[in-house]
Amino acid sequence: MRKILLMGNPNVGKSVFFSRLTGAHVVSSNYPGTTVSFTTGHLLLPGGEKAQVIDVPGTYTLRPTCKAEDVACDMLNASIKEGLKRGDLVINVVDATNLERNLSLTLELMEQGIPVIVALNLWDDTKHRGIDINLEKLEKWLGVPVVPTVAVTGEGFRRLILRISEAKTPRVRKHTVLERWEDIGKVISEVQTISHRHHTLLEHVQDLTIKPYTGLPAALFIAYLSYKAIRFIGEGLIGRVFEPFFERICAPALMKLSALLGGGGLLHDILVGRLFDGRIDFVQSFGLLTTGLFVPLAMVLPYVFAFYLVLGILEDSGYLPRLSVLLDNLMHRVGLHGFAIVPTLLGFGCNVPGVLATRILESRRERFIASTLISIAVPCAALQAMIIGVLGDYGGRYVLIVYGSLALSWVVLGIVMNRFVSGFSPELLLEIPPYRYPPVRILIRKLWWRVKGFVKEALPVVLAGVFIVNLLYSLNVFDFISNITAPVVTGLLGLPKEAVSAIVIGFLRKDVAVGMFAPLDLTLKQLVVGCVVLSMFFPCVATFTVLLKELGWKDMMKSTAIMIAASLSAGALLNFILRI
Amino acid sequence: MTHRKMSLTQIRSGQTGTVIDIAGGSGAHRRLESMGLRVGKKVKKVSGMPLRGPVTVSLGSTHVSMGHGMASKVIVEVQE
Repeated sequence: MRKILLMGNPNVGKSVFFSRLTGAHVVSSNYPGTTVSFTTGHLLLPGGEKAQVIDVPGTYTLRPTCKAEDVACDMLNASIKEGLKRGDLVINVVDATNLERNLSLTLELMEQGIPVIVALNLWDDTKHRGIDINLEKLEKWLGVPVVPTVAVTGEGFRRLILRISEAKTPRVRKHTVLERWEDIGKVISEVQTISHRHHTLLEHVQDLTIKPYTGLPAALFIAYLSYKAIRFIGEGLIGRVFEPFFERICAPALMKLSALLGGGGLLHDILVGRLFDGRIDFVQSFGLLTTGLFVPLAMVLPYVFAFYLVLGILEDSGYLPRLSVLLDNLMHRVGLHGFAIVPTLLGFGCNVPGVLATRILESRRERFIASTLISIAVPCAALQAMIIGVLGDYGGRYVLIVYGSLALSWVVLGIVMNRFVSGFSPELLLEIPPYRYPPVRILIRKLWWRVKGFVKEALPVVLAGVFIVNLLYSLNVFDFISNITAPVVTGLLGLPKEAVSAIVIGFLRKDVAVGMFAPLDLTLKQLVVGCVVLSMFFPCVATFTVLLKELGWKDMMKSTAIMIAASLSAGALLNFILRI
Repeated sequence: MTHRKMSLTQIRSGQTGTVIDIAGGSGAHRRLESMGLRVGKKVKKVSGMPLRGPVTVSLGSTHVSMGHGMASKVIVEVQE
């Protein structure tokens, strides 16, 4: 099969471009021996021939300066070596509003002896910005086809696909960097004219959100707005859709099943669980078909959906790089730089992608600090949904105490690790893309993948968790464990000794674990302490697995030791100072 | 009109200058260059975070943010 490499600078809309070109079936994989991932898909060419399209990681240059760029160059070199005769080619995606810098990569590509076709993406933006590019002249000068495209709307894609057959291998000798920039200067002055115009409103907003005295309040406002939006959407879905569905449609059916099973016995307890006053309590019954489905689908899924919707908008609008700059100072205190805010935010959805995303950080030290902080002090959406579900009724203050304790732990642990973990943390260097409207297509597709991923990963584990809880209860295993751990759990944390069963199950799923607090009749203070300890203690098994994979045994053990020490200290401290 | 040589950390937000030198190791130098920040380029400082925070500059149509240390190595000539 023919191979088409999609190459371009970061932030040129390459992923939207890729999804426009390939349609639904895409596969994401890791480049062998690295932690850099890339995506492949398929494109049907005009003759009916199928081509493999590879979304190469964004790069500014073919003289790599970081890991992602290394991979980009490797992928190109491998293709050049193995298969030029088979009609492989490069589609060079260029940001038309930023021609000068983008052409540097274009010229480098043209020196590689591989057929190239240039897509001038974001073409619609050039008009708004008063940029006029003479396409004919540019095409003539470059000697390869140049097609204007707008990936978000699909404009120009038909022409691009038709002209793929015209892609040619330019005969260009190797240039030095200086010569290349001289050439670019020449061609830019010939093909591009920029009419002077004033700052647009959007550009003013762009500048204001990256200046400290306007940007920080704006960041707080956006954080507040995001929180409100997530609560509003999450609670709305729970109250209007999921709870009524379970109460009105599932409950009667399950009651029939309960009657059929004789209202008790082992099978009844496993499937339906305990009845309260002859009725099913979806939170406390703890049967597979009651709590086992209700917790992941009706309590957690709505928040997961809401969270990823808001995160997707923040990601695709171009706000996150600005947030990275604003928070760079804070992040340096904990041994990271501003860009580490991206994995941290992802961690609020699920710790697994959060820890995986620490790969964007360059040094091992940063990755250790970031993933340890995420797995200790960043509660995932499932856990947060349950914390809000359990504590929200008592008032927002108590939810705030939990979040405050976690935030404080994040800062303290970060400062300590920054002091004692060896290695180096590099400086921030980041392109700040202009604000763009998040393309709805990409937004929906990403949301769908993430929500589907949650259901696929979480549902079986939750069901297994509920099953194991029932099993361990009937085998009296929890009694055994709780008697051993009673001095710590009761003496240090002030929790009833039975609460240890929740902490043990927390290793499987944190949301199930919080659910196990419900039948224990905890006081408000015990609930707060319990939620904090559970959040900070051992991560769930999925996070544990990626931590092991990303950090290796030794660092994983270190990370775990920090976790246990931190959660017990925080729990004990809260137990002794909190007066509720 | 006088020409003054200053680093990106020394000029004020809103000021424009022409890059005349990028000191320091070749790694940082190359990365900055590949992102379009190179000798001879006109840049405008958009913002600088307090407490030795990162500096953001505008290079025509893109913005680049860099840590304080890197910014202090980019020398620009400002006309006043």
